[in-house]
Amino acid sequence: MEKYKLLDHTADIRVEVWGKTRKELFGNAVTAMFDVMVDWPSEDKRLFSVDEIKPLEEKRIKITGNDLEDTLINFLRETLYLFNGKGWLIKSCEPLKLTRRSIVARLKGEPYNRQKTPLKTEIKAVTYHALIINKSNKSWQAKVVFDV
Amino acid sequence: MYEIKLERIDDNRWLLPQTGGMRVPGIIYANEKIRQLLKGDESTRQVANVAHLPGIVNYSLAMPDVHWGYGFPIGGVAAFDLEGGIVSPGGVGYDINCGCRLIATNLTLDDVRDRLANLTTALYQQIPSGVGSTGAVKLSGKDQKKVLEDGAKWAVKAGFGTPADLETTEDGGAMEGADPEQVSARALERGKQQLGTLGSGNHFLEIEVVQEIFDETAARVFGIRKGQINIMIHSGSRGLGYQICDDYLALMVKHAQKTGIDLPDRQLACSYLDSQRGRNYLAAMACGANYAWANRQLLMHQTQAVFEKSLHLSPRELSMRLVYDVCHNIAKIETFNIQGKMKKLCVHRKGATRAFPAGHDAVPQQYKSVGQPVLIPGDMGSGSYVLVGQEKAMQETFGSACHGAGRVMSRTQATKVSQGRSISRELADQGVLVMASSKGTLREEMPEAYKNVNDVVQVMHDSGIATKVAKLKSLACIKG
Repeated sequence: MEKYKLLDHTADIRVEVWGKTRKELFGNAVTAMFDVMVDWPSEDKRLFSVDEIKPLEEKRIKITGNDLEDTLINFLRETLYLFNGKGWLIKSCEPLKLTRRSIVARLKGEPYNRQKTPLKTEIKAVTYHALIINKSNKSWQAKVVFDV
Repeated sequence: MYEIKLERIDDNRWLLPQTGGMRVPGIIYANEKIRQLLKGDESTRQVANVAHLPGIVNYSLAMPDVHWGYGFPIGGVAAFDLEGGIVSPGGVGYDINCGCRLIATNLTLDDVRDRLANLTTALYQQIPSGVGSTGAVKLSGKDQKKVLEDGAKWAVKAGFGTPADLETTEDGGAMEGADPEQVSARALERGKQQLGTLGSGNHFLEIEVVQEIFDETAARVFGIRKGQINIMIHSGSRGLGYQICDDYLALMVKHAQKTGIDLPDRQLACSYLDSQRGRNYLAAMACGANYAWANRQLLMHQTQAVFEKSLHLSPRELSMRLVYDVCHNIAKIETFNIQGKMKKLCVHRKGATRAFPAGHDAVPQQYKSVGQPVLIPGDMGSGSYVLVGQEKAMQETFGSACHGAGRVMSRTQATKVSQGRSISRELADQGVLVMASSKGTLREEMPEAYKNVNDVVQVMHDSGIATKVAKLKSLACIKG
């Protein structure tokens, strides 16, 4: 199943992410964000460019928010900070516990190396703009705008 | 969603009538051609959203380069009353004091023509750009505090430039009221290694040649002449500014309900100007602004070193001189005549340039007779404009003009349209040498992705907000 797609936005990047459950939605949102950043391996048949990232290290984080939307944005902000503040690329994200106001997740990834993993787009921030989280047909969707 | 109907005011202005929760109407600066491009763009709705914010004065404004951003539109200008008005980090943008710096030289096209490729390669190698790049200056905690407090003044004191550079930098390169205590540890951490780096995305350094002079008097006062080689730098406060915006946005979203401000979009989260949180943000924002000025000062210093070495010239022969440095993502406390009374307002410029007229206190002494230079970069192929601020800007736009051409195509669209094409070769055919660390960036930033800068600038000129002084053509461009 596809995890996300890019939507049109004039200046920035807007993605639509899916998940069978809320947990999967949150996990996919993180991998979508990193997939947008990491350059496609050229002519490669693999589906996602996050496949290029190695699961060398593991981290566990806990994030809170005012409501489900706020929790999602705070979660993405924190995982993005792990990249642009701590120089860490995330390959996979597994939410262990999720409520409307908090999330605990296990992340796998590796330290960022400019030479080894080229980036095509630098996401600089996660915005609250035009944020939507929906449930329909037994699946969850979210639309998020990233500042690039 | 319903289409917002705009009413024509005159050839260059459209009224967005006050409806629903809007506290004031909106005005969009656009001629017929640009108006057509706005159809279906979300920016019109964003102009209306900004008009909902408390304490907004007169109008929610959009310059002719307006396009869909997040929260405020890009190209948006809004002023708020110090009493009862708000300050919004989203109205400044993530890249606090993103701005442009125009540097004049003593060189002409003939001096560089044969050496342009070498010069550009040297700039590309010596000026850190792209994702994850780090600067030549590693800041200690104490030095970083100084950078945040003193901006470009710190840089000049540390030997990266001359006091004359400060005279032609907006705010003298140091915004007042900066308080590093209001900046988070995360923001400081991100700022430590990035001073003197260009960044990625739409940031650039260009070598340009003055192609046409429209206003001989102003050009002479600014020291610009036809055939002269100039350098334009577009960069900002890097990760530090982003983190400041992110931190305060989250804080303000968290407290949005407590303040009782009804927001049409969470990204517009704000605090009252006379609240502690509002004051803290302005103090932190000033730190971000100062970091950006120090950053552009370092980039200029590095550029000068590369020019001297690469062209075997002495500083005197090169005669590099800062024409002006403007910020185009900022909130500032400035005084305007509002219905006959002089009033202090907090003017948000999100992708808009200050454009003060002749005689204004904030215009550098040497430019006082003509007005403040307004720097407008276009797309990679078109080059840039220098305009000069006019009195009309004080009456209509809180002393503001556009900041660039403005995107018209999304990044995904641009990537699609450019499939199978070599953007760098196309630009080379137009006489523009481009070096970028990412091919993806070149596609996203291709000239067609932007409005025609000539049209955008013409709206400002015809409406009398800022008038044309000179046009510069790109010769070489380095990008992250």
